[in-house]
Amino acid sequence: MSHMKKEMIKFLLFTAAVIITPLFFSGGYLMNVLVFVGINTMLAIALNLLLGFAGQISLGHAAFFGLGSYISGVLTATHGFDPWLAMLIAAIATFLMAFLLGFPILKLKGHYLAMATLGFGIIVYISLNETVGLTGGPSGLSGIPNLQISSLLFDNDVKNFYLIWTFALVTILLSTNLANSRIGRALRAIHDSEIAARVMGVNASFLKVQIFALSALISAVAGSLYAHTMTFISPASFGFNFSVELVTMVVIGGLGSIYGSLLGAALLTLLPEFLRTFQDYDIIVYGLLLIVMTMFMPGGLVRGIPGLFGALLPKRMEGGGENA
Amino acid sequence: MLDVKNITKIFGGLTALDDVSFSIRKREITGIIGPNGAGKTTLFNIITGIYTQSAGTIYFNNKNITGYPPEKLAGLGLVRTFQNIELFGQMSVQENVMVGLHTRSRSGIISCAFKLPGHVKEERDVRGKALHWLEFCGLSDFSGLEAANLPFGKGRMLEIARALALQPDIILMDEPAAGLNNRETNHLADIIRKIRDSGVTVVLVEHDMELIMDICDSIVVLDLGKKLAEGTPRQIQENPAVIAAYLGSD
Amino acid sequence: MDIGSLAANGFSWYMMQHQSAQGDSTSALTLSSVKAVSMNFSHQIVQYLLSGFSTGAIYSLIGLGFAIIYNSTGIINFAQGEFVMLGGMLTYFFLTVAGIPLFASIILSVIIATATGVIFERLAIRPLRNATPLSLVIITIGGSIFIRGIAMLVWGKDTHAIPMFSGTEPLFLAGATILPQHLWIFGITILIIVINKLYFYYSISGKAMRACSYNRNAASLVGIDVRRMVLFSFAISSAMGSVAGMIAAPLTMTSYDVGVMLGLKGFCAAIIGGMSSGIGTVLGGLILGVLESLGAGLLSSGYKDAIAFIILLLILFIRPRGIFRKAETERV
Repeated sequence: MSHMKKEMIKFLLFTAAVIITPLFFSGGYLMNVLVFVGINTMLAIALNLLLGFAGQISLGHAAFFGLGSYISGVLTATHGFDPWLAMLIAAIATFLMAFLLGFPILKLKGHYLAMATLGFGIIVYISLNETVGLTGGPSGLSGIPNLQISSLLFDNDVKNFYLIWTFALVTILLSTNLANSRIGRALRAIHDSEIAARVMGVNASFLKVQIFALSALISAVAGSLYAHTMTFISPASFGFNFSVELVTMVVIGGLGSIYGSLLGAALLTLLPEFLRTFQDYDIIVYGLLLIVMTMFMPGGLVRGIPGLFGALLPKRMEGGGENA
Repeated sequence: MLDVKNITKIFGGLTALDDVSFSIRKREITGIIGPNGAGKTTLFNIITGIYTQSAGTIYFNNKNITGYPPEKLAGLGLVRTFQNIELFGQMSVQENVMVGLHTRSRSGIISCAFKLPGHVKEERDVRGKALHWLEFCGLSDFSGLEAANLPFGKGRMLEIARALALQPDIILMDEPAAGLNNRETNHLADIIRKIRDSGVTVVLVEHDMELIMDICDSIVVLDLGKKLAEGTPRQIQENPAVIAAYLGSD
Repeated sequence: MDIGSLAANGFSWYMMQHQSAQGDSTSALTLSSVKAVSMNFSHQIVQYLLSGFSTGAIYSLIGLGFAIIYNSTGIINFAQGEFVMLGGMLTYFFLTVAGIPLFASIILSVIIATATGVIFERLAIRPLRNATPLSLVIITIGGSIFIRGIAMLVWGKDTHAIPMFSGTEPLFLAGATILPQHLWIFGITILIIVINKLYFYYSISGKAMRACSYNRNAASLVGIDVRRMVLFSFAISSAMGSVAGMIAAPLTMTSYDVGVMLGLKGFCAAIIGGMSSGIGTVLGGLILGVLESLGAGLLSSGYKDAIAFIILLLILFIRPRGIFRKAETERV
């Protein structure tokens, strides 16, 4: 049980760090970037549940993010829905869509799954561009309202920071719980040996579909949050490149590591902001990172440099596994 | 309790199993033997839902289980181990056994993510049971180790512990003694007897004749995809057809 | 960023070129003019088929590259499209920027693209012999992004044009117009397919590669150097990809990021063909090209790129063996 206690302490420490962060950076441009770190953290964790735990790749996850954003955006900006209601509808609709798509797509394995998810992502991307009457097409959709709780309107960076990070922290907490549970074990079992997992009674195909849909749901919520904090969205944010960027975050942080996804999301969001000079050339760095990490540090940063992060993220003592 | 009726399996024109029928009795250890290429592993894969047969039927506790996938068979209490050990390498030894308890627990995604009280209690329960099966197979000292780091012989034992955690009615073991030394094989024989005595039916595919003759209650002999003989170890040892098949191929 | 629209830009430029070429010679056959409406419907279809075949030929070559690597290594090389991009961009560089004659430019471009493929295999693929499909997907995506990024660094983000190999004077065929470049595309594609066939069936190393595709372990047991065959397959695929890129570039224009879309279309062709390194994939490419061309012409050009992916998903969901392969037939 002390393992779960450590998880809890880790989570509480991190929560405390998040709460006090705005005291140091408030008002600055960095606040705005940290909002994106929160959104990307949710997305990276969502993808990690699928990629790192169940071992199923998706190169189209930006599509679920985009669907969440656009459903929220269109319902509020065009049809005047309440933003919270729109968010709920976006989450449920995306979940159902992923659930239905999951059955045929997750029958595929390895390279074929990668290509199929990629194809799905591009179809969604093209649709967002082409349904101009609905989405505004390539020029985007504007006038999306902010979220609001009674008189508290989330209209500046600090408020948005707390809003987004509340969701991000809940995502971290629930994912950590899931990782250390019967379901998390079954997912990791599928990853290591699908046939043995099935012999042990794990309904691998259905569980994969469930986790795919859950992952899409979290991505859609992140998408809604993105739409309501940005108030403007365009298809360019939801293309193939962003799907690859998400995979990069997960791989850099460490497959199957929740806090690794947080780290990967933070690095890939902050780095380009700090190194403005290579803004345009950041894709070269992503490419190199993907190759180098996969070849030399397949466990990701969290497990790759335990010395560096050892104090902050203690390595697993008991219970084993990849669920930090 | 397990009735195999007229099973035929054809791989692209090659007949791997030809009209094989036999019955396995409850609470017995049954050995399936035969020279290489006799179709033993193919038969195992068909019974456990990994391959689909070209013809024939399988009954388990008088229920027609033909075409059931492995996960459904696990729910009915039929489990197997693999010739090339299939552990969950990146998980701890204890967690491997906890996966074996998958069908003996219920918590779904929501219950797990929100740590609902039922899940917390069940988790504690599962952890305890896993320790029991580790002890049963002599693996208590390794519970925290990553399964990929286990020595070979212990890996085989872990497969058995994991399968037992499912509390099966029948366990099929595919060459459990392959690669084990004498001491480990003796330990295995003890465990298999203990499993039978606890009321679980055991089916073995095995090359180690000494082990087979020592522990089996009955034996089925396959040769070139056909059933050659069936009987007690003594009957099999005296069967001229079996002797011929073994002398002919070995 | 914006792959879909860039490929679409390339496409509309292609249509524009196409139309202006027709307009130059005979205004009666201008596709987008009012007269196009009155144009004989069957002529219009022939026109779509012709342009479909020419894009289809390109897809076939790219698809063959995917299939050859897949059959010898089991890897889907996500970087395949980048060699197509390199073919076009290098030819642009040598021909237009450096002013080297066409034939020499082509040779130089193929050599450099092939060398890139070989280096990629050596540095990123070979060290990972027992990698999982997941890490191979990630590695080849990494390689793809890296090559694309370097191309952007060297040539910038602009779209570049390459002159047609032999003029823009259109020819007439069955009521439709055809550019000399189309003939180049058909000719070179057929030539490559024939060489490919001869290589795999009559040369020692080609036969060795076929052996690897059937059974890598057995091949290595009879003394075939499997690692060298893997290297060969990368060399052949990158060479083929680069040729596809350079013969297409005069019609479609080229830029640092055309590889993504073209690569995916090529993969789609290979999937339709059941990953065969032969006629299946060629047919797959032609089918895809024609469907795209008809879809763009008769339905909507905006969704043109989606057609390939809808076909891709349908085939993967319903018939992952491809539509030509029966059971275990030939793979090379």
